[in-house]
Amino acid sequence: MLAQQIVNGLTLGAVYTLIALSFSLVMGILSILNLAIGELFMLGGYIGFSVIAANFPLPVALLAGMAAGALTAIIIGKIACEPLRDAPPITPLLSTLGFSIILQNVVTNVWGSDPLQLPSELFDDRLTLDSLNVGVMQLAVIGVTIILVGALAWLIQSTSAGRALRAVAENREVARLLGVSVGRMMMRAFAISGALAGAAGVLISLHYAAITPYVGVDTGLKAIAVMVIGGTANVWGALLAGPLIGIAEVLTVAYGGSQMRDFVVYGLMILILLLRPQGLLGGARSDLGQRV
Amino acid sequence: MSAAGPDALLRLEAVGKRFGGVRALSDISMSVGKNRIVGVIGPNGAGKTTLFNLITGAYRSDSGAIVFDGRQITDWPPHRIIRAGLARTFQNIRLFAGMTVWEHLLVTQHPKGNALRGLLPLRWSNPAVTVRAEQVLKFFGLEKYRDVLARTLPYGIQRKVDMARALASGPRLLLLDEPVAGMNHDEADELRRLLLHLNEEGLTILLIEHDMAFVMNLCHELYVLDFGVRIAAGEPAAIRSDPVVLDAYLGSEAAC
Amino acid sequence: MSTYYAGLLADIGILTLGALSVYVILATNQLSLGNAGFMAIGSYLSSFSTVELHWPLTGAVVAAALSASVIGIVVGFPALRLKGIYLAIATLGFGEMVRSFFLVFSPMGGSGGYHGMQHVALGYIWIWTAGILLVILLLERSHLWLQMRAVHDDETAAGLVGLNTTLIKVGAFGLGAAIAAVAGALFAHHHVYIEPGNFGFERSIDFVLAVILGGSTVGVGALAGAGLLVLLPEWLRVVADWRLAAFGALLIIVLLTRRQGILDRPLLARLSFRSAAT
Repeated sequence: MLAQQIVNGLTLGAVYTLIALSFSLVMGILSILNLAIGELFMLGGYIGFSVIAANFPLPVALLAGMAAGALTAIIIGKIACEPLRDAPPITPLLSTLGFSIILQNVVTNVWGSDPLQLPSELFDDRLTLDSLNVGVMQLAVIGVTIILVGALAWLIQSTSAGRALRAVAENREVARLLGVSVGRMMMRAFAISGALAGAAGVLISLHYAAITPYVGVDTGLKAIAVMVIGGTANVWGALLAGPLIGIAEVLTVAYGGSQMRDFVVYGLMILILLLRPQGLLGGARSDLGQRV
Repeated sequence: MSAAGPDALLRLEAVGKRFGGVRALSDISMSVGKNRIVGVIGPNGAGKTTLFNLITGAYRSDSGAIVFDGRQITDWPPHRIIRAGLARTFQNIRLFAGMTVWEHLLVTQHPKGNALRGLLPLRWSNPAVTVRAEQVLKFFGLEKYRDVLARTLPYGIQRKVDMARALASGPRLLLLDEPVAGMNHDEADELRRLLLHLNEEGLTILLIEHDMAFVMNLCHELYVLDFGVRIAAGEPAAIRSDPVVLDAYLGSEAAC
Repeated sequence: MSTYYAGLLADIGILTLGALSVYVILATNQLSLGNAGFMAIGSYLSSFSTVELHWPLTGAVVAAALSASVIGIVVGFPALRLKGIYLAIATLGFGEMVRSFFLVFSPMGGSGGYHGMQHVALGYIWIWTAGILLVILLLERSHLWLQMRAVHDDETAAGLVGLNTTLIKVGAFGLGAAIAAVAGALFAHHHVYIEPGNFGFERSIDFVLAVILGGSTVGVGALAGAGLLVLLPEWLRVVADWRLAAFGALLIIVLLTRRQGILDRPLLARLSFRSAAT
């Protein structure tokens, strides 16, 4: 039974990891909290749904969701964030909020506000190992997440594109002086963050075989908590904190009731902010918040 | 020759400060006599600004004691130290961007008495505050900038406002952080005369500066720092020809 | 007055208070995304006082405000350690924790909500709103407010000109919490039914939106923003299904073109000169 909960927790955690990374990228490189990411996640889910409903296979759905997320994120970046680069952080934050309102309205008008459902036999296969009953979709979620996180880590650590991103995150002025196109890096960060959120949306919506326009809000906010707990702008932090919080949440629901779960998640976040503000795996950043 | 007796307004006793593994200041002892003008000089990185930050409470010292007007202020928070009668200017000015010049002169005043008066609209609460602000405004010739926002002020005026702000609170000890940096000869001279005038009126002054001519012509005594250590102290004439001091300056230049 | 318009005006009054609660905290350069939490505390405490303890409403409101301000001060101290977005995120967490606390707190109904309060008239709501707005307007002309603005502009320099930044920042949280609690108490007794869902992130964001849109540098901005937020959806009925998108677009446009919001000090000065000149 416990093992079952852990698998459920890992599945939820995988989604949190992806969305937390999405937030993290933009926070780390631009010091902006992009509140529209929850809606990018939701949009990815709807796109993925539509692709599957049109009888295309899962990888196509995934790519479509990621593309939709990336594209929309770039639009948000261009309109909401780039012009507000020198404003206090509250301004781009609210600007992204404006976009999240728009996105939700658009999706509700296009697809309706009632939950969309997939015919459940599509992804219902389950594997049984001893007492463990794992859905194929759960494994897919965890597997795809690991692949995406790995790809992201490789991108950031080993490619010149990643190096440029890291340079901008470290010190924007110096990066500019060294010839890095800060504007292009900003868009790149947005695109990747949008792709990750979109992927998470595809995965979770297919896992639950249902989606509503409101999935973005709650999950998005909790993903912010995951980002903070793991350590902002830290890939491994998100990879650690996601499953941690996912499992914590699932166990809370199982043994404490579903009403308690938000309390636990945000309680952990506040604890981290008070005791170890740089996050579990964050470096010793004494200037926390200075860039913001 | 340093006024170490009861006449000292500010006294530092074996003050030290470390940042991680770096020792910024070691065993600094000095005193600033009442009504004196004292300068702290030394090559870049000698620890002068750290010294100011320790005195004003922005940093906490690791060792030693700081005594202001007979009271131990070593562990006091900045606002308490300032209210005891200290004021400082900043190397990078640090005005309040969204406030007018007039508002700068009001906000630094902390009249003793009923704290609740601070909640009332200024018009009704404390006329003495506005009177003083008016005085300082006129003294610095800033009348025409009265209602201008700090962020739109030209650089030279900003520096004046920085000093006016410091003086508006009526301090007994004024700390100046590189007051003539970037000034031309005439401006520096004007400042020198201003400071002498304030000193005659009873103000004690402690300043950090690089400009040797300015310092030599103004200060009653000097302390020289190098690598966080006091290497010399005394009257300007003696310091000017002190071989240890010359070595510190020339030595650091030769190293470049 | 028809119930419909009375309802709108009541909403504006309550939202104005919520916006003011964010405004006073923002005046010290602290962004709070969790003031719905303080509103919830005000709602539940005051409702408990009137329904279970049979206190008169005004006493209940005052008691709720005082209690909330204590909690605000308690929140304000750890908040000193966080800056900018991290502070905002922490306050978001606080708001969510309060909401989920009331979800499990069955003595006050849990997820089922709480009811039994006496309905309160529009006039009573606006006595509080106008009163608190007036106090804020007076406070804005005080020496204390100058100190808050100095802390807002440069906290370190403010400390070094003798300002007790701790007192000012924590005090701002205490005051903001009290005002939000009043909003909550009035909300509870106007809608006569409350549930944790009323006090979520969307509510906190509404407060922030009202301040930012109406004018984030002046107290009346909260009133203007509240009016806008309540009335705009009505006026946008013409675009029917795309109402929310239109609102989102409007928000983005305002932020891009006039980020201090609609009202600011220069504009107010000009408006008052013009009316004085006539």
